[in-house]
Amino acid sequence: MQSSSEQFFDSAYQSKLSRFLQVLHIDPVLLAGLLVLMACGLGILYSASDGSIVVIQRQVIRLAIAFAVMFFVAQIPQHQLYLWAPWFFALGIILLVLVLVAGDVGKGAQRWLNLYVIRFQPSEMMKLVTPMMIAWYLCEKPFPPKVTSLFISLVLVVLPTMLIAKQPDLGTALLVATAGFFVVFFGGIRWRILFGAIFLMLALIPVLWQFMHDYQKQRVLTLFDPGRDPLGSGYHIIQSTIAIGSGGIYGKGWLNGTQSQLDFLPERTTDFIYAVFAEEFGIMGAIVLLSIYAFIIIRGLYIAANAQDSFGRLLAGSLSMTFFVYLFVNVGMVSGILPVVGVPLPLVSYGGTSMVTLMAAFGMLMSISTNRRLVAK
Amino acid sequence: MVWRRLSAGVVFALLVAVLIGKTLDMQILHSEFFEAQGDARQLRTVSISAHRGDIVDRNGEPFAISAPVNSVWLNPEVVRDHLDDLDKVAKLLAIDSISLKEKIKRNKHREFLYLKRHASPELAEEVMALKVPGVALLNEYRRYYPSGEVAAHVVGFSDIDDNGQEGIELAFNEWLKGIPGKKRIIRDRLGRAIDDVERIKSASPGKPIRLSIDKRLQYITYRTLKAAVLKHNAVAGSAVVLDVRTGEVLAMANQPSFNVNDRRQLQPQATRNRAVTDVYEPGSTMKPITVAAALESGRWKPYYKVETAPGYMMVKGNTIRDHKNYGDLDVGGVLEKSSNVGISKIALAMDAEQQWSMYQKLGFGMVTGSGFPGEASGQLSLNALNNDFERASMAFGYGISVTSLQLAHAYSAIAADGILRPVSFLYDEDKETGKPVEGVRVMSAETAQAVRKMMQRVISDKGTGKRADVANYTVAGKTGTVHKFITGGYAKDRYLSIFAGMVPADKPELVMVVMVDEPRNGEHFGGLVAAPVFSQVMSGAMRLMDVAPDKISKERLMNAGAIPKTVSGKDGRA
Repeated sequence: MQSSSEQFFDSAYQSKLSRFLQVLHIDPVLLAGLLVLMACGLGILYSASDGSIVVIQRQVIRLAIAFAVMFFVAQIPQHQLYLWAPWFFALGIILLVLVLVAGDVGKGAQRWLNLYVIRFQPSEMMKLVTPMMIAWYLCEKPFPPKVTSLFISLVLVVLPTMLIAKQPDLGTALLVATAGFFVVFFGGIRWRILFGAIFLMLALIPVLWQFMHDYQKQRVLTLFDPGRDPLGSGYHIIQSTIAIGSGGIYGKGWLNGTQSQLDFLPERTTDFIYAVFAEEFGIMGAIVLLSIYAFIIIRGLYIAANAQDSFGRLLAGSLSMTFFVYLFVNVGMVSGILPVVGVPLPLVSYGGTSMVTLMAAFGMLMSISTNRRLVAK
Repeated sequence: MVWRRLSAGVVFALLVAVLIGKTLDMQILHSEFFEAQGDARQLRTVSISAHRGDIVDRNGEPFAISAPVNSVWLNPEVVRDHLDDLDKVAKLLAIDSISLKEKIKRNKHREFLYLKRHASPELAEEVMALKVPGVALLNEYRRYYPSGEVAAHVVGFSDIDDNGQEGIELAFNEWLKGIPGKKRIIRDRLGRAIDDVERIKSASPGKPIRLSIDKRLQYITYRTLKAAVLKHNAVAGSAVVLDVRTGEVLAMANQPSFNVNDRRQLQPQATRNRAVTDVYEPGSTMKPITVAAALESGRWKPYYKVETAPGYMMVKGNTIRDHKNYGDLDVGGVLEKSSNVGISKIALAMDAEQQWSMYQKLGFGMVTGSGFPGEASGQLSLNALNNDFERASMAFGYGISVTSLQLAHAYSAIAADGILRPVSFLYDEDKETGKPVEGVRVMSAETAQAVRKMMQRVISDKGTGKRADVANYTVAGKTGTVHKFITGGYAKDRYLSIFAGMVPADKPELVMVVMVDEPRNGEHFGGLVAAPVFSQVMSGAMRLMDVAPDKISKERLMNAGAIPKTVSGKDGRA
């Protein structure tokens, strides 16, 4: 599969357009995937928002900004990313501490840093900076990494994770930790250490349970039995599983989802937009949507596999898999496999902050992808 | 590194498979379940209120009617999020908004809470104009009782949910109620009906009831009884008018009564239909019935003489007294003077069984079968068969208990030449044909006529019931003055005043019983307290029913200015 697609991509590079994109540091395959996904996203958002033009306009503006960010990041050569990684990381940690000391409170958590010009969420930045930092650290180390290296990597993951979890923002903390974990995973952690760590974590679950907030425990319990509080914590999940389940094979048709159009489905433009999609387009639509995501992720992993050096490989692999984790957590949550954590459906859900972060990550992927080509030529 | 990438790929593929698998599971394997769940949330079956049947009098005049109204309700689950808007609604409906919010909090998991039952259409419109999410209207019917307190006891009332609570409303609830319909609607999360999907079942309205009561006669009866109870400062009272030919109840009134349209300060004792639910000892009004038994036994003829001197007698160590020594009396004289001694001697001269069975045949000790809720049967004790004193007491109406309706029913047999017809509160068209309703013969026509003749003497100037006289009509009747039975025996100075009678005496059309409980303004004799009520109601009734006068006395017309000149049966005042 790899070789055939490489041939396909190589032949594509012969065209003038591909040369032009190459100069702009744009990966055309990734770009195509993202554009198709965003088009689908806008379509379903139109339905989920009861045909609100205002919502669509705002989302388009956000997408435009996110694209600009992606384009900007794509221009940064990979070695610059490498050089800046520790400084960004240090800055991120300082900002996270600042947030805890002097941050703005929004929706019961202290996540925002008011810079007077813009309100800024340092935890979002850490989603990118943490894998950069660990990739920076691990790429110079001999393979496979020694236990001391792993320990230092662990500290580099845990430090931002703990700071974010303290805000509290468990969802972002887990995503940051996941991004860091994937770097370590691609960095060549030994299987026995990996499995040892996994078993240790499983063993620690009861301890973790003790430290969880009541509302978090509630969400986990609700996952196993949504009926225990159907109008409270179970409400979201019951309504969304009904929406998905009633979609059937071909769905109820665009703008015709009863659960969503009759206002039963909560958060249907944001976290639960996947349920709207599945209700209106059925299993067929769901498979198509997931395929688009799979296409983007596989392209990301392809870029990682062909990266110029191990820093690029580790970073690209980690970012791609983190994108997948986003998707998995959101769809899993809406389908009732995972507890309800506030993770949007990447690039589809209505909302700005995470979109910018994600597109910055894709900018990095494009940078990694196109830089290799430049050097190779 | 190959292993690592491969394993990452496998994990990736597995996780995607989980997502798709879960979606497949929901959308294909359990799709029907989830569709049903969705319908369960979006489709609602709502009930359509059924119109409750009207209750009308025998001429079609309304006693109870249902008018469409709107009830305002809210969905606490939805309103929870819009509590500020609710203040306006609460203000409009004059509800305390703080307690309302607490109520919503208490019922937050419910989906339906009445805000205001039976609001006027204008008010409902104003509330809906506020457009508060979760506040909606429900079409219902409100029951109105145009006659108010006049017919409150007979008609009864139904509660706010249209369930009969008292009276005819209760007795015929199933008939009146109708069956609510059902329709299916699509609603959104805020509970607003988006669309009618289908009408599953139309509401089938309840059926109307036509009572045997004549509203005009009911009004006269009620007004007169109320005036008497007020005048004599009595505790209570009841009055029943029966149609002799059909056994129908034409009027039934009680005091105290209540405003059936505003039951907020309802006294439970005021809602009792005493004419049916309360029993008392009938006293001297029992004497004509004892006389009927005596005549039927063959032991007595109307002209037989009874020695009542010296005005008292001893029976088994107990003394039976008259007011004074009446000397020798014929049987009619016993009724005229209401001699206890005389009636005791008459009773004791026949077999106990003959006396007792007449009471029983006339329906004492049993419910009349009117079907009225809470009807009392009264007591007719078998002990009297073995005890002469009890037997003698029963002859003049002690040691036996009756309701006003029972007493009127028994008198109706005397009025109908010995035929006892079932009592009824319902109008029956078949009865209009003029053919007498079927009944049971309980005494010979001769006996009944003889007793009526004797009872006419009670209304004479010499009798105890002359105040029961009805101008231009002959009257047969009997007064009764009973010592109230209270704990520990008979009260010396607390009485029931009773009058039972019929008009016209020769061919009675109506029977009426009047009972006034504990008159406390000096007068207490049945002939002074209850008889005038009979007189007034019956003179009005004769005019209403256009009964041909059977007695024209110029002398009486001259003397009694208050009594109208109703020679033609029309044109006059009560």
